[in-house]
Amino acid sequence: MSSHSENPALQHHFDDLKQQYEAANMGMWAFLAQEIMFFGGLFSGYTVYRYKYLAAFIEGSNHLPIFWGALNTVVLIASSFTVAMAVRAAQLGRAKSLFNWIISTMVLGVAFLGIKSIEYADKYHHGLIPGANFTYDSPMAGQLKIFFSFYFVMTGMHALHMIIGIGLMIWLIPKIRRGAFTAEYYSPIENFGLYWHFVDIVWIFLFPLLYLIGREPWIQL
Amino acid sequence: MTTTSTTEAPSASGHHADHDVNYLNNEYGIKSWLLSLDHKRIGLLYLIMTTVFFVVGGIGAALIRIELMTPGGDLLEADTYNKMFTMHGVAMIFFFLIPSVPAVIGNFVLPIMIGAKDVAFPKLNLLSWYCYMVGGGLATFAIIAGGIDTGWTFYTPYSTTYANGYVSVALFGVFVNGFSGILTGVNFMTTVHKMRAPGMTWFRLPLFIWAQYATSLIMILGTPVVAITLLLVALERVFHIGIFDPALGGDPILFQHMFWFYSHPAVYIMIVPGFGVMSEVIACFSRKRIFGYSFVAFSSLAIAVLGFIVWGHHMFTTGQSIYAGMVFSFLTFLIAVPTAVKIFNWTATLYRGSVSMESPMLYAMGFMGLFLIGGLTGLFLSTMATDIHLHDTYFVVAHFHYVMVGGMVMAYLCGLHFWWPKMTGRMYSEVMAKTSAVLIFMGFNLTFFPQFVLGYLGMPRRYHVYPDEFQILHVASTAGATVLGIGYLVLFICLVSSLINGAKAGPNPWGAKGLEWMIESPPTPHNFHETPVVTFEAYAYEEEDTLLPVPGDGQTTGAVSH
Amino acid sequence: MDSTVEHSSPNHGGDHEGPHIAPMRMYVAIVGLLFLMTAITVCAAFVELGAFGTPVALAIAVFKASMVVLFFMHVRYNTPLMWVFAGAGFFWLLIMFSLTMQDYMTRDWETPAPIEFLDLL
Repeated sequence: MSSHSENPALQHHFDDLKQQYEAANMGMWAFLAQEIMFFGGLFSGYTVYRYKYLAAFIEGSNHLPIFWGALNTVVLIASSFTVAMAVRAAQLGRAKSLFNWIISTMVLGVAFLGIKSIEYADKYHHGLIPGANFTYDSPMAGQLKIFFSFYFVMTGMHALHMIIGIGLMIWLIPKIRRGAFTAEYYSPIENFGLYWHFVDIVWIFLFPLLYLIGREPWIQL
Repeated sequence: MTTTSTTEAPSASGHHADHDVNYLNNEYGIKSWLLSLDHKRIGLLYLIMTTVFFVVGGIGAALIRIELMTPGGDLLEADTYNKMFTMHGVAMIFFFLIPSVPAVIGNFVLPIMIGAKDVAFPKLNLLSWYCYMVGGGLATFAIIAGGIDTGWTFYTPYSTTYANGYVSVALFGVFVNGFSGILTGVNFMTTVHKMRAPGMTWFRLPLFIWAQYATSLIMILGTPVVAITLLLVALERVFHIGIFDPALGGDPILFQHMFWFYSHPAVYIMIVPGFGVMSEVIACFSRKRIFGYSFVAFSSLAIAVLGFIVWGHHMFTTGQSIYAGMVFSFLTFLIAVPTAVKIFNWTATLYRGSVSMESPMLYAMGFMGLFLIGGLTGLFLSTMATDIHLHDTYFVVAHFHYVMVGGMVMAYLCGLHFWWPKMTGRMYSEVMAKTSAVLIFMGFNLTFFPQFVLGYLGMPRRYHVYPDEFQILHVASTAGATVLGIGYLVLFICLVSSLINGAKAGPNPWGAKGLEWMIESPPTPHNFHETPVVTFEAYAYEEEDTLLPVPGDGQTTGAVSH
Repeated sequence: MDSTVEHSSPNHGGDHEGPHIAPMRMYVAIVGLLFLMTAITVCAAFVELGAFGTPVALAIAVFKASMVVLFFMHVRYNTPLMWVFAGAGFFWLLIMFSLTMQDYMTRDWETPAPIEFLDLL
């Protein structure tokens, strides 16, 4: 037993903080593997229909604004950077810096959702939301509806994960202010960081798969 | 993750004399159970609720069997019959079989077997039980409010275009329940990696732990896929998103791909922990180390991995490409290899062992025979040509009941009898336990063996009326189900009465090896007074007893024997 | 703000098994690279690449994701076991994709004519 056993953050069933840290880290990675498969189911369905209905997917993709999508990619990557910096601040035991980086992450997360809602509102005005007001005049309307279903389910699930992430930050902030995290105990910050990076990775794949299909014809026009 | 544990670990020095404190009596009151973070109490919570769902599913089965005694539809309407077999399937698979061994027995013995005070994440463990309860509650509500008639598989378009009743609610229930399995999987996997006692190396782990580890792998990587799939079906029902709707170009068979990507591995979630129980029990009652320990250990992992690449064999008769069918058929045969490795190794363990037939061993023997039949008939179904004939007949029904009931339920009951003295501190009546084991074995065979014949002759599953010539076999099957039901009843009485008037069990009533048998029955709240140091191999039955710490000598565990 | 101090915090137990603390310039470099790759993937989408369009977009996405996993998520500095944990999900994803697609991609293939058993004799 090391002297760390006196640390109030040590839970009773662990021998020392190192074991507790490693367990938390591994548990989070196992959870992320689960998340990969959760989104993987959607990506798998997407792949099947993209293979079957490529023309409809190209047409659908051309209804998505690249500017907003790319801007959101930048916002989310930036938030990934800020959360990485937050974890680093936690590792170094800098509470003030940790607080600032978490707040920046939250601001960027909210910005992402704001941009997303602009896009969703735009889709609503054009009657492109399956289940709400899908009106599309084309022989491929059914297949386009499938494209937009995937668009909304995939980005919606992603946005839900963002909202959960922002909720986690709201939960973490009072703890940070209380000084609950030290250079010896910061697993919740690190695990939150892992979660947030994962959400970023999902978007890194969603962006080219949804927004960037079959854009070449535009140049030829 | 702050600590909110209400009980402090009894210090190693202070509580030695106080040997009456155990996990059952250290706290009282309903709150001390419903908010317990103790893996043993959570295991018991699971035990109670899985038993409730077993009864719910059993009622469905009973009504099905009574209806099928006559060729006409005299007890149940067609629609009610559909709802009954759906209720039977949903309750038994999602709420009984999947959590049975992992969440009941695994929760109880896994941390003790590796010398840990608890699982890695006790709060997630409790949360998983609540996910199970919420999921179960929603599914029960769906069954009571209007019933679901899709079958437990929720195939589209039954579940989207044509279903009546409360399919969305049931889907959401199964979705929430999925997180129970995921959390258990994450918890157990981390626990096995990070919570092992000093000296408990990977190859000293009991094989039950290897099996649980393999199961956790499937739970983590498979369950989320069915979660998202069922969510898509719910969205399809509510918002008509078109992904599974042929009218819009959607493909109902995609649902089957995604569903079976989880649900075939889920079969191994149900059976692999049972294999783990078998290894423990067979080694104990043969007084021998398991033959080919590492082969049995790795075959669990091999089954977990191979289980993910065979799902298409459920879809031979759908519109799936026959080339895909060939690939899936071939891969399916592969999975027979690690399964056979296990059966052969258990048999080899019995060979020249000092076999004694206590009731857990009777269940284990029952498992071996029934699972063998279940497994071998699976080969008929994985052959594409014979599957065309046998698909969706009672042959399939008999096959998976031999695996699930003959295999898994027998293994679960085996484990329950084996660890019951450890869980409760009481011995049950051996005569009653043996009676129930024999009744269950006989009743089971009488119920399901005729169904192989029925299926071969062409009786399709999920029909409540049938031609007269099948009646004799159906009556035999119903008679068997009655015997089976009586067997379960005897078993229930046997275990419950042991709580009232059972003899006190010592720490190790079976003379078994393993850390869980070196502590008190029932265990103290934190299992061990001191972290044990493991200096012996698993199943060291053939070694001198002096190598092992004896309970009461205070050397390793500080436990006090009764 | 932060200087590029490495290992300035007391690691667990004073040994070097504690978490690796990477210098800030590494994070800045990675985020810069990720921005650059985002720009490249947008530009590449407008270039006539024919059948290579999707593979290029996916390759860039995989590269970006790997950067995040390796450096932001610290897998680069973690134990081999954690490499396995991080990779398992992607490996299983590959299983799901390939075995699902082998059905859809072979559905239009010609069904082989049935073989008369007697012809084999």
